[in-house]
Amino acid sequence: MITYPFTYKRAKSVAEAETLLKATSESKLLAGGQTLIAAMKMRLANPPELIDISGIKELNYIRVGGGQVAIGAATIHYDVATSAEVAKAIPALAHLAGVIGDPAVRHKGTIGGSVANNDPAADYPAAVLALGATIKTNKRAIKADDFFTGMFSTALEDGEIITEIAFPIPEKAAYKKFANPASRYAMAGVFVAKFKDGIRVAATGAAPCVFRVPEMEAALAKNFTPDAVANIAVDASNMNSDLHGSAEYRANLVTVMAKRAVAEAA
Amino acid sequence: MTAVSMTVNGKPVTADVEDRTLLVYFLRETLRLTGTHIGCDTSQCGACVVHVDGKAMKSCTMFAVQAEGAQVTTIEGLAKDGKLHPVQEAFRDNHGLQCGFCTPGMIMTAVDMIRRKGAMDRDTIRHELEGNICRCTGYHNIVSAIEDASKRMTEKVA
Ligand SMILES: Cc1cc2nc3c(=O)[nH]c(=O)nc-3n(C[C@H](O)[C@H](O)[C@H](O)COP(=O)(O)OP(=O)(O)OC[C@H]3O[C@@H](n4cnc5c(N)ncnc54)[C@H](O)[C@@H]3O)c2cc1C
Ligand code: FES
Ligand code: FES
Repeated sequence: MITYPFTYKRAKSVAEAETLLKATSESKLLAGGQTLIAAMKMRLANPPELIDISGIKELNYIRVGGGQVAIGAATIHYDVATSAEVAKAIPALAHLAGVIGDPAVRHKGTIGGSVANNDPAADYPAAVLALGATIKTNKRAIKADDFFTGMFSTALEDGEIITEIAFPIPEKAAYKKFANPASRYAMAGVFVAKFKDGIRVAATGAAPCVFRVPEMEAALAKNFTPDAVANIAVDASNMNSDLHGSAEYRANLVTVMAKRAVAEAA
Repeated sequence: MTAVSMTVNGKPVTADVEDRTLLVYFLRETLRLTGTHIGCDTSQCGACVVHVDGKAMKSCTMFAVQAEGAQVTTIEGLAKDGKLHPVQEAFRDNHGLQCGFCTPGMIMTAVDMIRRKGAMDRDTIRHELEGNICRCTGYHNIVSAIEDASKRMTEKVA
């Protein structure tokens, strides 16, 4: 398949990407291209200009310190999955990056692209929301709770570039994913994080947008065991239903994945 | 049109391409390296896997211009001095292919996983093959071939 014609530009810095974005309306950022190129080949996206940010050095780093793991937006999934520092600080995050797609996808896809895209079945949004991460852009810092606004939509404005995702380091955390056997995307994935001052639980894959599960958070705050969430069900009427699974099935998966995640973290 | 330069299988190449030219078409049609296949064209099957700067990537999900300045290796670049690469040998010895359509991508993926992981058990190999689809073999002999190659190659180094 061949995309519509476009002009390709490579940015060497965030400032240059910003200038290029402003110069042409409807131009788009290209990071790993593992979502955008597929959409362009299907002709679902038709940007007249692509600004490649994947080679920007100031967007490619992992820094652990000050109680957080900060990851540059252009960092590929493979680098997060294999980082010894991430594995030590937030093992669940390294694990999550290592179960995204397949090795070739992980060699190219980036954390910034994944979070900006907010695919309902993507993995990173679960970690971002459950860990209460901060999404830093060229303009401001956005809290995870304010960032994911709906299916494929986020609080990002036109011309806004994610530069970093900063994850607070929890006491304990785990991510459990039930992958679609064909696509490897999450049918349901649950990230559980235990902090000194509370528990956060986020589910992806099951509904149109990643969401927190307050009933589970409250139950786990009292009793951090799999039994505490075993009888808590999310409302099936809010879940996705498609050829891969019904809404009831996905609602059930959320409870099962939550139980497994707590068992692993506890 | 944009002039793009990269090193493919050790040889420097330069060509004028449209910005929208996918790397796989650049390899197959501009360079006539038709060993890299297009199976699905939707990033799923792995028939198009090549190495870009040493890492396995799906060349159908990448533009040629993104590989500017890169070192690209395709299936044609594995054999050295008329001798098959150990992974190619192992695929032959273990009957790791039937029609052969998926094989270039399987082999490029296998070389990449052995580089990263060394000798592997069958379970690891199956997980590592998540991005490669084969319509013929049922995977059994592909896994055997990679297991065999991973042992041969790591023994040689040790
Ligand atoms: C076969 C296959 C399987 C996959 N399986 C999974 C899976 O199991 N789980 C999963 O989570 N994902 C999966 N993915 C998606 C993959 O993780 C992508 O890498 C990711 O969704 C997009 O990241 P990217 O860097 O490739 O972004 P691109 O495709 O380059 O961009 C995606 C969107 O984000 C925008 N964008 C990119 N970077 C920024 C930035 N810094 N600031 C603002 N906007 C930006 C782009 O303009 C575009 O709109 C899979 C993909 C494939 C092809
Ligand atoms: S042709 Fe590229 S993944 Fe199938
Ligand atoms: S050998 Fe025919 S597709 Fe794999």
